[in-house]
Amino acid sequence: MLTRTVLRSRAPNLNRLLHSSSRISRQLFDPSTVERVSEDVDVCIVGAGPAGLSTAIRLKQLEHKLGKELRVVVLEKGAEVGSHTLSGAVIEPRALDELLPDWALRDDHPLTQSATSSHMRFLTKSLSIPIPHPPQMSNQGNYIVSLSRFTAWLGNIAEEMGVEVYPGFAGAGVVYTDDGSVAGVRTNEVGLDRLGCMKESFEPGMEFRARVTLIAEGAHGSIAKELIQKFDLRRNSDPQTYGIGLKEVWRVDPAQYRPGEVVHTMGWPLDFRTYGGGWVYHMADGLVSLGLVIGLDYANPYLSPYKEFQRMKHHPYFAELLSGNSTRIAYGGRSLNEGGLQSVPQLHFPGGALVGCSAGFVNVAKIKGTHNAMKSGMLAAEAAAAALSQEPSSGPADMSRYETAVKNSWVWSDLNEVRNLRESFHTPLGIWGGIMYSGVDSLLLKGRTPWTFRNRARLTDAQHTQPAYRFLPINYPPPQPPLSTDLLTSLTLTGTNHAEDQPVHLRVRKDGNENTALRKLHVQRNLSEYAGLLQRACPAGVYEYVEDETAADGWNGHKLVINSQNCIHCKLCDIKVPTQDITWTVPEGGGGPKYTIT
Amino acid sequence: MRPSAVRLLNILVPIKRAVDYAVKIRVNPEQTGIDLNVKHSMNPFDEIAVEEAVRIRERLKDAVKSIKVVTIGPPKSAETLRTALAMGADSAVHVEIPDSAPSPEPLGVAKTLKALIERQKEGVDIVILGKQAIDDDAGQTGQMLAGLMGWSQATFASKVEVNPEQKVANITREIDGGLEELRCKLPVIITTDLRQVQLLNEPRYASLPNIMKAKKKPVEKLTAAELGVDITPRLETIKVTEPPKRVGGGKVANVDELLAKLKEAGFTGKRA
Repeated sequence: MLTRTVLRSRAPNLNRLLHSSSRISRQLFDPSTVERVSEDVDVCIVGAGPAGLSTAIRLKQLEHKLGKELRVVVLEKGAEVGSHTLSGAVIEPRALDELLPDWALRDDHPLTQSATSSHMRFLTKSLSIPIPHPPQMSNQGNYIVSLSRFTAWLGNIAEEMGVEVYPGFAGAGVVYTDDGSVAGVRTNEVGLDRLGCMKESFEPGMEFRARVTLIAEGAHGSIAKELIQKFDLRRNSDPQTYGIGLKEVWRVDPAQYRPGEVVHTMGWPLDFRTYGGGWVYHMADGLVSLGLVIGLDYANPYLSPYKEFQRMKHHPYFAELLSGNSTRIAYGGRSLNEGGLQSVPQLHFPGGALVGCSAGFVNVAKIKGTHNAMKSGMLAAEAAAAALSQEPSSGPADMSRYETAVKNSWVWSDLNEVRNLRESFHTPLGIWGGIMYSGVDSLLLKGRTPWTFRNRARLTDAQHTQPAYRFLPINYPPPQPPLSTDLLTSLTLTGTNHAEDQPVHLRVRKDGNENTALRKLHVQRNLSEYAGLLQRACPAGVYEYVEDETAADGWNGHKLVINSQNCIHCKLCDIKVPTQDITWTVPEGGGGPKYTIT
Repeated sequence: MRPSAVRLLNILVPIKRAVDYAVKIRVNPEQTGIDLNVKHSMNPFDEIAVEEAVRIRERLKDAVKSIKVVTIGPPKSAETLRTALAMGADSAVHVEIPDSAPSPEPLGVAKTLKALIERQKEGVDIVILGKQAIDDDAGQTGQMLAGLMGWSQATFASKVEVNPEQKVANITREIDGGLEELRCKLPVIITTDLRQVQLLNEPRYASLPNIMKAKKKPVEKLTAAELGVDITPRLETIKVTEPPKRVGGGKVANVDELLAKLKEAGFTGKRA
């Protein structure tokens, strides 16, 4: 080996000049001129959650009936199947029993912990009072699982059956035919820098052209939002309403561990006007899932869901649960649907349909949606298989029989029984009115009422926000580790990250327009009227209104900073921002949280 | 060694599936290691190694005959191989170990790679590895392999230029005092580093069309036993704990108080 040693002093600036890729020569990406690789598949599913995977598995099961092989592709923006899945969760195995009747015989299934008891407690600042719960919340025959693990398990089964699952690739947009029907989806571009210019590593997203496109993005999906608007799918239904669920998983002291125990709480720390409640589920392996759901129709812009959750843990009931030799091992958050039956939009559109929480099948009384999501996926698969067995004639696939099937299935009766409960909380009596009505309806009437409470005024969660001058700032206590911590410390537990040099995926955009004036207006209205709501509401610390005298897009010496790398894809901002000018778009696939046990 | 006609180059890139760098790690309750039920991905230094192999081929075109990636790991490591194939490798070898087996140690890996290299009918000219794995930070495999094979090595490489006609590689290394330039005769072992100012390279994305193509590329499955190598660990991990939590400091008002606190803590003075 010949050697010649030359010691060169490090001159970083000179080297940077020589080696840094010159941004000046980078071109701006123009979506209208780009050429994309295109693949033809039979069914393309966006989202590898319980709904999307149940659809895929069912389709593969129907191949025998159809007598031909189906190419089924599932796109998933998380780095792995399950990375973006977060839920309580106590699941009703009803849909799983239908999808995989022999699931209990598989030796790696995650339903190892049955729910053994079900309690409800009303919390005051220092007490926790047992109260009766609606019969829908009894958990006989249900299982406490990590939905992330459950989804990963379903993902393995789907792949074994020949489904092509592609984690790390987000469904970024819709491909339309000339007549405006849905022809498929395209994945996200990779290799764009922060200004939208193409780096050396640039590759355009590819297109999947499918006869049936199914959207299973979960609550408030980005493609679902576009399709609902384009095809006016909500013309006969109420707007969707949401809650934000914040969750932690703890390994508790063995003395505090009661496997199978399911507890729901109401009351403290939320006031009587704010819908929401906490949960504690004792999972398998000494782990406890706990968290707080807050209805996003809350009025007080000073409310910080994260801080409410942290202070809830100091209540004696929780403090005792988490005392002793305990460690927090996970944190995360996600929006969930609360609108129920009245908010389910038209499910099908030319060329495809919405499944799972993208449509919105959560049973708010049971606080469960997985069983309905999975069943909707299975019904969509059956309708898709029927549509595919017909000749590929001129028209797009007609999925209207899917909608009929859902309305005739137990999903509909499940939601029908509890359709009035959530809406009953929207009176001046706040949670008291809701509890009283819900008590009567769920215990005695079981939804057999001639009336259905509607949101005729079409008030969205964002519109329920009231101006800050009507409230006093809430005095949250500072974090006291180990029980409560500051937000950024909790955020590290999500494992979230996004490649740094990419376009910010949270757009300040209204009616398709983005410009400096709009951003200024956003800062002005949010700071002067709503006390900077996003800064308090985001559970990942993405939004900050900071002082900056010189910013071109600022107002009154303040500007909006979007720390998009922190985003955990919960969609709260898109739902709740009072000025409705934040559009959540998909970042480069593979980013975002890396949940495994949530 | 074979007589040197103009032979086409074969590049071998060993890679490792390690805990993803963004994950917050925790010690497992048994205190035997870290909780491995978290996201894993290709060791970032190995990504740079794969990228470098692909770039060498882009520069030398037909002079590079094949890029083969190899990993020693549990069944799930197959995904990591697929990513490397999607980045541009031609074929892969998966030396499978059971899920329950401990992660192989650098010497075991080096021996396995040696056995594998000796098996390659067409020989191997360049082995590019990451300088270290981010889970064990050992930084030994490349060097051990060079020792076992008796080949030249250039570790912590920040720039690689291969000259296939002369059968040498000019490699710039990062060393404490600056940069060192080496000219190494092939076959050579290279380990990749992150350059202080800029990466040796920025690994390309594994695009979806390439991932789909990668599914068709061949993956050979072997076991260590088939290669005649014993990879039983020689080290026993006795205990893994988190570092002690930082205890707060305190402020003292004056020197006397400082002396008193030092005495309390058991420090005694000594006359110089």
